[in-house]
Amino acid sequence: MTGFIVRRVLSSIVVIILTSMFVFTLFFKGLGDSPARNYCEKLGPGKCSTAKLDSIKHQMGFDKSLAYNYTTWAKGVFAGRHNVYSDGKSYECPAPCLGISIMTGDTVTNDLKQKYPATMTLAIGGSAMYLVLGVLLGALAAKYRGTTADRLLVGSTLIVSSIPYYLVALLAWIYLSLQMGLFPNTSYYPITDNPAKTFAWMLLPWLVLGLTNCTSYARYTRGQMVETLSEDYIRTAKAKGLRTNRVLFKHALRAAIVPVITIFGLDFATLLAGTIFTEQIFGIDGIGRWGLQALQTPMDLNVISAVVLISSFIVVLANLLVDIFYSFLDPRVSIA
Amino acid sequence: MSTDIHERPDNMAAPANPDDPFLVVENLSVRFPTHDGLVQAVTDLSYTVERGKTLGIVGESGSGKSVSSMAVLGLHDAKSTRLSGSIRVDGEEIIGRSEEKMRKIRGNSVAMIFQDALTALHPFYTIGDQISEGYRIHHRVSKSEAKKRSIEMLERVGIPQPNRRVDDYPHQFSGGMRQRAMIAMALVNDPQLLIADEPTTALDVTVQAQILDLLQDLQREFNSAVIIITHDLGVVAELADTTMVMYAGRAVEYGATREILTHPEMPYSWGLMGSIPDVSADADARLVPIPGNPPSLLNPPSGCAFHPRCPHVDKVPGNLCRTTLPDLVPGERGVNHVKRCHLPNPGEIYAEEVLPEIAPDLVDPETGELIPELAEVDPDAV
Repeated sequence: MTGFIVRRVLSSIVVIILTSMFVFTLFFKGLGDSPARNYCEKLGPGKCSTAKLDSIKHQMGFDKSLAYNYTTWAKGVFAGRHNVYSDGKSYECPAPCLGISIMTGDTVTNDLKQKYPATMTLAIGGSAMYLVLGVLLGALAAKYRGTTADRLLVGSTLIVSSIPYYLVALLAWIYLSLQMGLFPNTSYYPITDNPAKTFAWMLLPWLVLGLTNCTSYARYTRGQMVETLSEDYIRTAKAKGLRTNRVLFKHALRAAIVPVITIFGLDFATLLAGTIFTEQIFGIDGIGRWGLQALQTPMDLNVISAVVLISSFIVVLANLLVDIFYSFLDPRVSIA
Repeated sequence: MSTDIHERPDNMAAPANPDDPFLVVENLSVRFPTHDGLVQAVTDLSYTVERGKTLGIVGESGSGKSVSSMAVLGLHDAKSTRLSGSIRVDGEEIIGRSEEKMRKIRGNSVAMIFQDALTALHPFYTIGDQISEGYRIHHRVSKSEAKKRSIEMLERVGIPQPNRRVDDYPHQFSGGMRQRAMIAMALVNDPQLLIADEPTTALDVTVQAQILDLLQDLQREFNSAVIIITHDLGVVAELADTTMVMYAGRAVEYGATREILTHPEMPYSWGLMGSIPDVSADADARLVPIPGNPPSLLNPPSGCAFHPRCPHVDKVPGNLCRTTLPDLVPGERGVNHVKRCHLPNPGEIYAEEVLPEIAPDLVDPETGELIPELAEVDPDAV
């Protein structure tokens, strides 16, 4: 077990480093010296001389190699940096330093700390809703398989999953929030200040996320359940004299849920890495929206790098946790 | 359950007579309606099992042996199964019983051992949990008492270090041990009828023998009735007092085991005998497979269901095998040995044509006659 975790952690670190290099390189090469040019042009007409531009490029590091810039950035993550130059000013950037955001003029780390709770709250609430709802509906559909209720459920999940998610979110916001005023505020309110208010504001985003995503979980759970119900050990459970519901919800669901949980772990990680549509439509200041804003001109390379780094970190971590958790869910799997 | 229930208020009310057979199956038919038509899995089956006795049900895959025994536990999905006839457990009719009442029998007075314990045990629960669960459904006891009982049962079926192994998962057991655990689970409520569905099929030969011994010991201890379902005539020879051979959902031969095994009167039984490999037998003995495939239960063959595969069809006059279903009636050897076959002289054909081919060591090499002490058994002795 320990050996497995050590191996997996090491390989995870490699994946994260490679991802950060890849993203840094792509955007550094792709943007060229345009951040420096943008700043220079902001100084005013005629003020951006060639000499001025060169000095700005020098201060921002654009006259140095990609490798130099990447190592400076990467070192900063662990050791912090002094006198980071951005937009004509010099900043202190303590570790973990992810650079300075052009958008806010604050360190990216501070911005991240401020934005992350929103994404986390959205992801936990929404995913809890679709997991519980999806598994419950799927299990019930499997119990009543072949009946009209089952067919209705399967049919309606098909309809819901074929409508684009952003459309559902947008319509929900327009009708339920804007027109009918059922959910007057949809945004993130700091959970440490007033959890009840956070709940009220986040309810609609959670519901939209939960209801639209639960359909695939319902179908998946149903499929797993139907398959499990034909297993020999289900017949054994019946032959012991167990009640139907106990056979269904203890014996069958216990086995059927394992692959569902695996998928859920990875889905949840994707949510934690930012839900661009949900955050944008409901005005939630999370990292998905933040990353989207960073892509607008002038591009905020440091913010983009930070968002990608955090996302890859979470996805890799979630994979690791799912693998470890799997060995608890299925005693036959030993990760030695 | 959608059934043509035989209303038997008298039987239902009457207290069970301890001398009556524990299980009485009468005219049982099990049919499954499908998109392609009605699958006649079991047709008009009757048998009895007394306490302390063992019935062996033999037949190839799809002959209805498992389907008929699952009906005894009411394990068929009520929506997709049509049952008719009568199954009386300890004098009480169970066809048409409510699910709630059936649950009280299942695993309690009637228990079942399934083949391939690896798939028949839940992979995610410990052996102890699975045995305890069965005990606690039918007994109001605490978890720790149930666990104590599980350890006791594991010990009784010969699992070493039962107090440690009780917390193991099925995959941590060897094949033979898993089957023992399965037996422990079936016996946890001291059932009066034990149905063993191919209990040794997935095991290697030495372990098979141990499991069969164990079953016999436990039966002696509890005086329970046992049905053993198998396609292995060796298992039947060792365990069963009476034997029923099934083909295409019907009984084709039924009687005392020794009688059936020494004087089979139905060509299908001959086929089964001919396809047993026997390492200790004469090396000249041929392994004779039964030609053809098991019949479709959707469209069973006309007349005798075995006629398309039967090498003796032409010995019956008047094309009878193809047109008329033979009745299950006593043959040449008395009322306790019934068979479903038109052949007028099965004993003669068996001795002259079948036996010399499948078991030459039973035939006197000089005279060509059967060796009497091997061949002669009083048909009425059970």
